[in-house]
Amino acid sequence: MRDVIADRAQGIVRSIGQILQGKQPMGMDTLEEFFALKEVNFDVNRGDRVGIIGRNGAGKSTLLKVLSRITEPTSGRIELDGRVSSLLEVGTGFHPELTGRENIFLNGAILGMNRREVKAKFDEIVDFAEIEYFLDTPVKRYSSGMYVKLAFAVAAHLDPEILIVDEVLAVGDTEFQKKCLGKMEDVSSAEGRTVLFVSHNLEMISRLCSESILLDHGRLIEQGPTHQIISNYLERGKLFRFEKVGDPSRPTISAVCIDQELLGSGDIDFKIEFDSPFELNPPNIGFVINNKLGHPVLGANCRTHQPQNLCAASQGAVRLVIPNAPLHTDTYSLSVFLGDSSQDYDLLENILTFDFVTALPVNNYLGTEIIGNTNGLIKWDFSELT
Amino acid sequence: MKQKIVIEPGQSRKNFWKDLWRYRELFYILSWRDIKVRYKQTVIGIAWSVIRPLLTMFVFTVVFGKLAKMPTEGSAPYAILVYAAMLPWQFFASGLTESSSSLISNSNLISKVYFPRLIIPTSSVITSLIDFFISLGLLGLLMLYFGYTPPLRALLFPVFLLLALVASLGVGFLLTALNVKYRDFRYVVPFIVQFGLYISPVGFSSRIIPDKYAFWYNLNPMVGIIDGFRWCFIHGNPFPESSTLLSAVLVSTAFLFIGVSQFRRMERSFADHI
Repeated sequence: MRDVIADRAQGIVRSIGQILQGKQPMGMDTLEEFFALKEVNFDVNRGDRVGIIGRNGAGKSTLLKVLSRITEPTSGRIELDGRVSSLLEVGTGFHPELTGRENIFLNGAILGMNRREVKAKFDEIVDFAEIEYFLDTPVKRYSSGMYVKLAFAVAAHLDPEILIVDEVLAVGDTEFQKKCLGKMEDVSSAEGRTVLFVSHNLEMISRLCSESILLDHGRLIEQGPTHQIISNYLERGKLFRFEKVGDPSRPTISAVCIDQELLGSGDIDFKIEFDSPFELNPPNIGFVINNKLGHPVLGANCRTHQPQNLCAASQGAVRLVIPNAPLHTDTYSLSVFLGDSSQDYDLLENILTFDFVTALPVNNYLGTEIIGNTNGLIKWDFSELT
Repeated sequence: MKQKIVIEPGQSRKNFWKDLWRYRELFYILSWRDIKVRYKQTVIGIAWSVIRPLLTMFVFTVVFGKLAKMPTEGSAPYAILVYAAMLPWQFFASGLTESSSSLISNSNLISKVYFPRLIIPTSSVITSLIDFFISLGLLGLLMLYFGYTPPLRALLFPVFLLLALVASLGVGFLLTALNVKYRDFRYVVPFIVQFGLYISPVGFSSRIIPDKYAFWYNLNPMVGIIDGFRWCFIHGNPFPESSTLLSAVLVSTAFLFIGVSQFRRMERSFADHI
């Protein structure tokens, strides 16, 4: 026992020594090389609006972080011809105690404007944000909508040659989103600025960007016209699969996979595999499909939708099929859980993200924010029109 | 205002000083923000920066001057002896505390926007400087109260203040950089501040330190700085010994050098660790 303590103590002393020398202490992080981005080469012309598309973990955010100099690349070279402003988040650096007026100057400075530039655009910013009455109120008393509007207004009036935008439009009301998209279009077509735009919202990308880049697992797959990239993106990878090493001491979900091909024709078909050190009597498996705002839209489990003759099991796979799923075309995420008759053991939230294309002949142009998540064939009767 | 930016590994190191200059406006505005929000939503506001040194001075005067009956220097009341030392110490201590936590409390900025990260701890040290000047005003009032006229050399205090600034920036940068990756330093800083108060001549005069400990005692850069402040404000207080002063200058600049280079080395990975 004493030896163990002595060893520990020595270990701590050694790590402190290494920290002071500026080295990575051993045993703190296991060193494993991982490239978030590799072999990504592309050119963007002045005035282009380019969308960056890819699944979670494809390296989109890392690419933006490297481009905006937040993290330094370990190798490679990037040339940017002009001032860069990046909007990776709405209202970065806003201080809740400061007033709207003060925050405009603060945020402007953080995004790279100098005082003179902010002053010159001040009225325009206030106008765009629609907050004249609350200019001298601390922003902590703002509603979240006002906050976002003010934040975007500052960002939209930046004067960079290159604007980098990450999913910031996923907030605010639809009206304001439209206004933002319009502003971004203006900025690029009227003033010749370059815009790089990352979003999971394919509809927004297709509206804003003429050209797109597809990333997957840190690699650039393709660059080309947006409509072509989007359709390739949706077709890529017939099965989308999640796997993890189970914890042998408790029941865990070891794999989830979804048939990507069927998704394109309106069916949802997925499989959940699990492992348990003891028998689950009976196993209770469930799923929830969330829309991209995180709201649940569809779900079931063995208790609500009782399958027949479900016997005790300690491992195996369950397949679920939802033919002609009553959803609109959009991006959804899947959460799954595992339990037995008395409790839940494992919950994997938003484990897969998938794009679903409805088979029903419904006009999908409007997007689910406007028309809701579920769909169905509706019979119209116009006979009483005169 | 067109500029070409090249991003390459090691690039930010090359342009370190140039970038720092280019982003000076952000530095002003962040300092302004820190000062502005400092005492928001406190009832007595700015009075806090007066009350803190005043109370500490009171306690030290009672404990060291009245109870332990330690000798004062020259003709000054013990309270002024303590207060003149309190000034640089309080500045150093709050600079250290504020800067070491500054990057973490601004983590949203670090992970979302690029700018030279050195700006953040520097601006929090500057905020402490404001407190310093408020406390300095209080020293004037204290002298009026005791009917004490300071010597003319009091005007030389900025020299020692500069030294204190160098020391707080140096130690501050070092701790800030380390704190981002190793949160252990969050617990180390209050300890340094508490411990430092007792190994620096704040509550007592340097004269009571036996010669055989002088070398180790002098390694603390605040010793020379505090003795310097005392010399400035107090009649008959001897000028700090040359060895004390030399070690204060050497240790402070060494800390600044180590602090900046350590900061630059760790800066690249701040966004990943924060």
